[in-house]
Amino acid sequence: MMNSTAFLPTTDGGSVRTTPVDAVALEARAAALCTRSIKTTSKRAALHTTIRCIDLTTLEGIDTPGKVASLCQKAIRPDPANPTIPSVAAVCVYPEMVEHAVTSVSGTTVVVASVAGAFPAGMSTPAVRVADIADAVGRGAGEIDIVLNRSAFMSGDLRRAYDEIVAAKEACGTAHLKVILETGELGSYEQVRRASMLAMAAGADFIKTSTGKIPKAATHPMVLNMAEAIRDYADQTGVIVGLKGAGGIRTAKQAWHHLVIVGETLGSDWLTPERFRLGASSLLNDVLMQIQKLDTGHYSGPNYVTVD
Amino acid sequence: MTPTDNPLESFDIDYAPALESTAVIDIADSYGHFINGVFVEPSSGVTFPTVNPATETHLADIADGSPEDVDRAVTAARTAFEGPWGQMTGSERGRYLFRIARQLQERSREFAVLETMDGGKPIKESRDLDLPLSAAWFFYYAGWTDKLEYAFPNRTVAPHGVVGQIVPWNFPLMMAAWKLAPALAAGNTVVLKPAETTPLTALLLADVLCDVDLPPGVVNIVTGAGGTGAAIVDHPGIDKLAFTGSTEVGKTIQRVASTRRIPLTLELGGKAAHIVFEDSAFDQAVEGVVTGIYSNQGHVCCAGSRLLVEESIAEHFVERVRRRISTLRLGNPLDKNTDVGAINSADQLQRITDMVATGVAEGADLYQPECELPDKGFWFPPTVFTGVQQSHTVAREEIFGPVLTVQTFRTAEEAVEKANNTPYGLSAGIWTEKGSKILWMAEKLRAGVVWANTYNRFDPASPFGGYKESGFGREGGLHGLAPYLREQTSGAGGSA
Repeated sequence: MMNSTAFLPTTDGGSVRTTPVDAVALEARAAALCTRSIKTTSKRAALHTTIRCIDLTTLEGIDTPGKVASLCQKAIRPDPANPTIPSVAAVCVYPEMVEHAVTSVSGTTVVVASVAGAFPAGMSTPAVRVADIADAVGRGAGEIDIVLNRSAFMSGDLRRAYDEIVAAKEACGTAHLKVILETGELGSYEQVRRASMLAMAAGADFIKTSTGKIPKAATHPMVLNMAEAIRDYADQTGVIVGLKGAGGIRTAKQAWHHLVIVGETLGSDWLTPERFRLGASSLLNDVLMQIQKLDTGHYSGPNYVTVD
Repeated sequence: MTPTDNPLESFDIDYAPALESTAVIDIADSYGHFINGVFVEPSSGVTFPTVNPATETHLADIADGSPEDVDRAVTAARTAFEGPWGQMTGSERGRYLFRIARQLQERSREFAVLETMDGGKPIKESRDLDLPLSAAWFFYYAGWTDKLEYAFPNRTVAPHGVVGQIVPWNFPLMMAAWKLAPALAAGNTVVLKPAETTPLTALLLADVLCDVDLPPGVVNIVTGAGGTGAAIVDHPGIDKLAFTGSTEVGKTIQRVASTRRIPLTLELGGKAAHIVFEDSAFDQAVEGVVTGIYSNQGHVCCAGSRLLVEESIAEHFVERVRRRISTLRLGNPLDKNTDVGAINSADQLQRITDMVATGVAEGADLYQPECELPDKGFWFPPTVFTGVQQSHTVAREEIFGPVLTVQTFRTAEEAVEKANNTPYGLSAGIWTEKGSKILWMAEKLRAGVVWANTYNRFDPASPFGGYKESGFGREGGLHGLAPYLREQTSGAGGSA
């Protein structure tokens, strides 16, 4: 096991250092940032930025081509009545749905992201996981969301966890690689901090909190913790890595506090879809309702936004 | 067709103004003293203005308490002590304290806005720290009122009588609460003097005391400056004194109190060392150091004003502190997103300015982030001095402003030696993930409060106070109750 300020190798032969994390102080800082009061023009800007950074997601066993087509339409034009509402960043689907999604979003700015590599547990053999990634890329996915090998990471085999991300990155080709840490399973903020540095050192383009398949997911302190890791990595290597929060983000207020946390930790430069994403499904409609409230002065209701 | 993005709708951290409304408060043109349960005209008619330090606007005229005013207040307090308050059972007293606590909670927004307007501190601090802690202090001591015999087993305790309390301007209401709650819980009556630059929340507290039907004379509030304070200290009817403020004034008070042999507690200045080890949780340590000195504009007696950082990480750590303070939001204290408010007064601004000039003249390296200061009001940017030597004035004297000095150390022994090498001894902070090192350090640091992996955390159950020139006596917990009680030689009847 690594000590508290261990070094991790980078793919160019260098190394990066990780730091201990104090849970109480981290949570206090996140809570302080969540008292930021976002009003008027800032609120509208936060709502629009949130939409632009959403990976609109459906990852269900009962997903169908029809369901995915409908999701894509929503991704392109979130509010049919209001053309000033931007498109979301991406749709996120299972590999089997990639081709349907690619057809639906063709000609728009919306990217197709696919989970791959034996999502969500990742407990398949390395060859199968790499093949899964290559297959999804071959079907047209521009972004690939894989899971960290938590089995290797938790048993102390950091080399294996690292090498598998390197292999996944290679299988991605030009597609962007997001590495899901599944923070709710790692046991401590400090382990998440190490896993973040390991994933970045191995070549992740984004690090992502969660699969959305377990209850503990993208909490504000966890996003702060990972944003701090990204800042550390950028300081030490000059390499910019993106951050994706996913799982449990359902309200506009939760989302804008994520923007505050990332903005105040990494700078406003990070608040673009190139560097920040929110993986969500129900969040989008809450954001749309908040925008309607700003426009009309009163809350509408769930029947005034489309279910998908 | 894809909708186009409107670049104007990009979120950044230059948040739109989010001002707390001032509609909840109602400030009178002028205030008299609160004596015997009512506001009375001052004997002299001399007044001074209290201003909003963020705008320099005049808020109200405040009576400058004369020795006659103080005498009236002491007489009222004596009458109340010998009358209803002294006759009451502990549980009856407790009911009043609980009521005060609840009123502070219910009217917290009003108090917070007023505190921020009168003192310049950010509304988020008055809202999230000053008011909750003020209420918590009354709740905590309310619980002790009927349990004094359990609090001090096998001893018979009794209140002193009339207590004189003088509180500072950095946490005006909270310091009043820290003093009033244990004094009243113990059964004393009080003459309280708020600071001359920040009297308004104490005067609003008078309103609360009336609302809860506290018997007249139990708490009397006399406003004024140093002369009024001296009149309280000199008054022969005062049985016990408690003072929070500068070491200089504290020494004067101690001189006077010693001639009259009355008990005294002093909570004075500080020059706390904030010690960061290489094996600390780096980001949390940066945050702890930054909030430890820049919250409340550094107007905190226990502020972590001296950063001692292990040499191996010093350069990187200081770089990160600089980067962090460049994101502090300085400005209108009533904006809910403001991190750094206004300096409390023109005098204090002058003192800070002079001290920083001395630091530069003595050869320390100054860093201040680019930071636009408002045209009106009293403002000072967050400041860091590097290249500081132990002999530099800025490392030795209390600045009581947003100024951090940075020194390095190589070993834990050296850190302890430098940390203790100060006339003060109020607080210290340690950042390391190694528990044994925390315990070793805490034993060796000559400071009344030692925080580990946190800073400026207060709780009414936890005693607070200093060593050396930081004063003596404790506030909070049973330690804070004891100074307001004397031991009786005879249990029955209460012989004095």
